[in-house]
Amino acid sequence: MINVFWSQLRSLWGVLKHTFTKPVTVRYPEEMPYYSPRYRGRIVLTRDPDGEERCVACNLCASVCPPDAISLEKEERDDGRWRARYFRINFSRCINCGMCEEACPTYAIQLSQDFEMGEYVRQDMVFEKEDLLIQGTGKYHDYNFYRVSGKAVEGKDKGQAQNEAEPINLTSLLP
Amino acid sequence: MPTIVIDGEPYDVDGDKNLLETCLQLDKDLPYFCWHPAMGSVGSCRQCAVTQYQDENDERGRMVMSCMTPITDGMIVSLKDEATQEFRDSCIETVMTNHPHDCPVCEEGGECHLQDMTNMSGHTQRVYQGPKRTHRNQDLGPFINHEMNRCIACYRCVRYYQDYVGDTDLQAQGSGAKVFFGRHKDGALESEFSGNLVEVCPTGVFTDKTFSKHFVRKWDLQSAPSVCMHCAIGCNTSPGERNGTLRRIVNRYNGDVNGYFLCDRGRFGYDFVNDQRRLAEPLVQQGDSLDSTDRDDALAQYANLSADCEVIGIGSPRASLEANFALQQLVGEDNFYSGLASSEQALHQTSLTVLESTSALIASLRQVEQADAVLVLGEDILNTAPRLALAVKQATKNLGLNMAADARIPSWQAAAVKNLAQNQRSPLFMLTPAATRMDSIAQSCHNDVPANLARLGMAIANAIDGGAPGVNDLDDQEKELVAVIAETLKGASKPLVISGSGCFDVAVVQAAANISRALAAENDKAAIHLVLPEVNSLGLAMLCSKKPEADLNAAMKRTVDQVNGQAAVVVLENDLYRRAGKGLVDDFFDAAQSVVVIDSFHNDTTARAQLALPAATFAESEGTMVSSEARAQRYFAVHNTEGYVASSWKWLAELNKSVSWTHLDQLTAACANSSPLLAGITLAAPDREFRLNDQKVARQSHRYSGRGSATAHISVNETRVAQDDESALAFSMEGRQSNLPPALQPGIWSPGWNSNEAINKFQDEIGGHLKGGDPGIRLLDKATAGTQSGWFDSIPQKSMPGSQGYRLVPLHHIFGSEEFSSGSNAIAQRSPKPYAALCAADASALEVDQQGWLKVELNSGQWTLSVAVDDSLPRGVLGLPSGLTGLGGLQGAAYGGSASISKTQSPVIASDQTSGGGE
Ligand code: SF4
Ligand code: SF4
Ligand code: SF4
Ligand code: SF4
Ligand code: FES
Repeated sequence: MINVFWSQLRSLWGVLKHTFTKPVTVRYPEEMPYYSPRYRGRIVLTRDPDGEERCVACNLCASVCPPDAISLEKEERDDGRWRARYFRINFSRCINCGMCEEACPTYAIQLSQDFEMGEYVRQDMVFEKEDLLIQGTGKYHDYNFYRVSGKAVEGKDKGQAQNEAEPINLTSLLP
Repeated sequence: MPTIVIDGEPYDVDGDKNLLETCLQLDKDLPYFCWHPAMGSVGSCRQCAVTQYQDENDERGRMVMSCMTPITDGMIVSLKDEATQEFRDSCIETVMTNHPHDCPVCEEGGECHLQDMTNMSGHTQRVYQGPKRTHRNQDLGPFINHEMNRCIACYRCVRYYQDYVGDTDLQAQGSGAKVFFGRHKDGALESEFSGNLVEVCPTGVFTDKTFSKHFVRKWDLQSAPSVCMHCAIGCNTSPGERNGTLRRIVNRYNGDVNGYFLCDRGRFGYDFVNDQRRLAEPLVQQGDSLDSTDRDDALAQYANLSADCEVIGIGSPRASLEANFALQQLVGEDNFYSGLASSEQALHQTSLTVLESTSALIASLRQVEQADAVLVLGEDILNTAPRLALAVKQATKNLGLNMAADARIPSWQAAAVKNLAQNQRSPLFMLTPAATRMDSIAQSCHNDVPANLARLGMAIANAIDGGAPGVNDLDDQEKELVAVIAETLKGASKPLVISGSGCFDVAVVQAAANISRALAAENDKAAIHLVLPEVNSLGLAMLCSKKPEADLNAAMKRTVDQVNGQAAVVVLENDLYRRAGKGLVDDFFDAAQSVVVIDSFHNDTTARAQLALPAATFAESEGTMVSSEARAQRYFAVHNTEGYVASSWKWLAELNKSVSWTHLDQLTAACANSSPLLAGITLAAPDREFRLNDQKVARQSHRYSGRGSATAHISVNETRVAQDDESALAFSMEGRQSNLPPALQPGIWSPGWNSNEAINKFQDEIGGHLKGGDPGIRLLDKATAGTQSGWFDSIPQKSMPGSQGYRLVPLHHIFGSEEFSSGSNAIAQRSPKPYAALCAADASALEVDQQGWLKVELNSGQWTLSVAVDDSLPRGVLGLPSGLTGLGGLQGAAYGGSASISKTQSPVIASDQTSGGGE
């Protein structure tokens, strides 16, 4: 009996004390809360440091996405780069798990801190490449897939990627 | 049966295999690169190392390459021993030092043997930080992409290309760390089988260029078991589709038919399905134009057009048995015609008769590969039945294999067998109208007009069995050739005769039949294979066998003469302008009260239709085809039809008010009941009721992506997946994915084995038959004694080309001669421009050279063609390419006739010819 009474008193005291602590909530939307860079919000497609689209349409993000919210298809232009001909995320499906970002070999797809994704019409939650592609590099500033990979693209020939030797001259007789 | 111990477990195994094959057969995961089931072992990649122990007391063991280790009774090995595991890991690490880090932009990614083996060996982290060697790529033509940086120097490509196929323009160049695999310079790979490099190369050096143009990953493809539509061999394929586009074709192993390989026509000929010329809606003639309409109106239109008149049905060798049968039932047996010109009908019926009554084996491709002496009579198999030619190439290696067996060298010791045999081959005789690219491996070749080839064939039969009719006036050279061939075939333990309808001459087929009969009298392993031109030629011949005279010419004659103006003609998947002369077909259509066409494409025939119904292609429909070895095979829709497009059989079932076929199975059963010849076709594959654990079979992989978004731009609300009421397969990833009956296996995949190398898990033994039996059912086999035929005894007159005009012979092209595939862009790029071929002596007599032009006049029309000098053609013979779109109006019937030719000027409109040459 005593215990029950004591517990209630303690709760009352606790509540009273909170009146004087700093609130954790903010006056959203006038004031924005802090989100860590690792927060998993709205997904963006980023560009490499040269300003080219990072996504090479490898399809790995689509294949790991648990609710199958991503679909895309590859196209290859004359510059030799692979790109997404279309890239679609159905945000009414996305569970913001971040698996796509984890799977992406080029740092193209990244989850941002933006969480304001409400729409009145569900159809508006379907984002196309134009809606997803941002101008910057996002969280990862330096990585440029084509500087590492051996596929030649316009402006980067064979032998010019990271750790690459000059292309072999087949007509040379030297061993 | 030897017993071996692997990691402590005893197994009874097959002593003819090597240790690697044995382990794979026992479902063990052991990595390998250079070994290939069809090409044997060379032991160069060192990836398949295992530990072998001396006896139970040996604890250290020694490392052996399993692919080079024969099985011995009582041998003890370990795959798990740490030392060899580490070795395998370091092997991968070594080949990966140069890896260009480009899996995300590699078409092989996701079905890459290198990825799989890397995973399997446990190498996960790059340690080497030094420079990577790089290579420049080559342009290898419209079929194959080249990305040499990815090469791991396993040598599979050149072993396949040079040793297996026998072509030479792909080579290993350079040496050591510089080694490069390519051509001496840019250019399309010459081989008819280059596409298999895509599957043979364990990395992404060679990938499918046509697939890359509309690329998706393997796991995103929807696939179904299908059959190649591009010749009568009936190779099994696995086409892949996504979002309504057919993306590619890969091989689907069938131990009796295509094994591991397809030809390039079969692999790259699929794109016609995605073509702009597809019929998408029913079309109805309004005045001078064809306007689209809807399904109900189309059905009403048909009722109108066919009311109160005879309905004449024209079938097709490129439509399924069921569709042809449905048409036959719609119009009645008396009004059904095969859709082939008389000459071709006669050829196909003769082939059928021969196969029905042959006392020889009807050779499957596996049996072709086992033959130890082959005669090819009249048929340019490399161009009319390419996969058969590849099998014949293997047959010529049997001498080497036999020598190896005598020297107690196992057949999988590829390098040793090759070394022992050197250039010696089992005998192959090529008797063809013109030289072929196979002649270099033949013991002897002879080129002549078909009639003379038939005479040689008859003489060979007579030389083997005196009971066969003889041929009198052969010259000495011919006599000698006949004697050698007869002697060789007689002496062989598995002689094989190949012929076919390729030179449009019945006598050639009859001669081949005589030879096989003569051989079979003494040898119960003697075999025959008759090539037919189209995917269902033999099936149609079977359906028409009760009334062989009901061909296209008969239909045309009857319509024009008897029912003029009072007949509706229904044409099923057949462009009649490819079958008979323009004048004849025009008269036919003029005489018909109305023309109804069911086809997938706009063509000259649909242009004449009052009503055209859009038919599904093989990729969206299902049915049964009978291959040239009389194997009935079912193909299934890869994806569902859209809009008003429907399978031909469905259209025909709807037009027919007197039957109630709602499913293909009912039609297949009715067709099977209609003739004892076709009785077996229901067994070609499980029916639509088939379930495994109450589930259908999934067409999509378990990691098919994008279900929640692929169509979200149209509507975010997901629609129900399309239902397949016609088969036990589902248009979905839900359903059974494993332990499927082979005839329902959509594609090949097994955990840890993402590439087509996973096929090892599906075979009863490596390189053997599929577990559960190879798909398809043979409708004909070696006839029982009582039903065997007698000799064919009409021997053609000796043909003296040049005596009355030029004698016409057909020249076939793997790329261009076949209707479907020439509608595919990549194939069209490789197909020749129309030409007229003649020998150098004739060319100089006409005062033309390779740059010149000839005016060629036949009964059926005239053409101005560029000259191709082919010195293998006898004098007085004119070779014209068969089936080329640019040669419309030249049909099979014309061959064998004669032409008059004269020198002419280059045509003014030949603008795409080299500049400067034309006016
Ligand atoms: S965050 Fe998760 S659910 Fe959303 S798109 Fe990426 S993988 Fe799919
Ligand atoms: S994983 Fe990255 S590179 Fe690959 S398709 Fe997705 S976003 Fe593009
Ligand atoms: S190109 Fe492919 S098949 Fe040829 S050696 Fe290199 S990895 Fe092997
Ligand atoms: S041989 Fe004939 S059936 Fe086989 S892949 Fe080639 S075209 Fe197709
Ligand atoms: S597979 Fe055995 S050494 Fe290459």
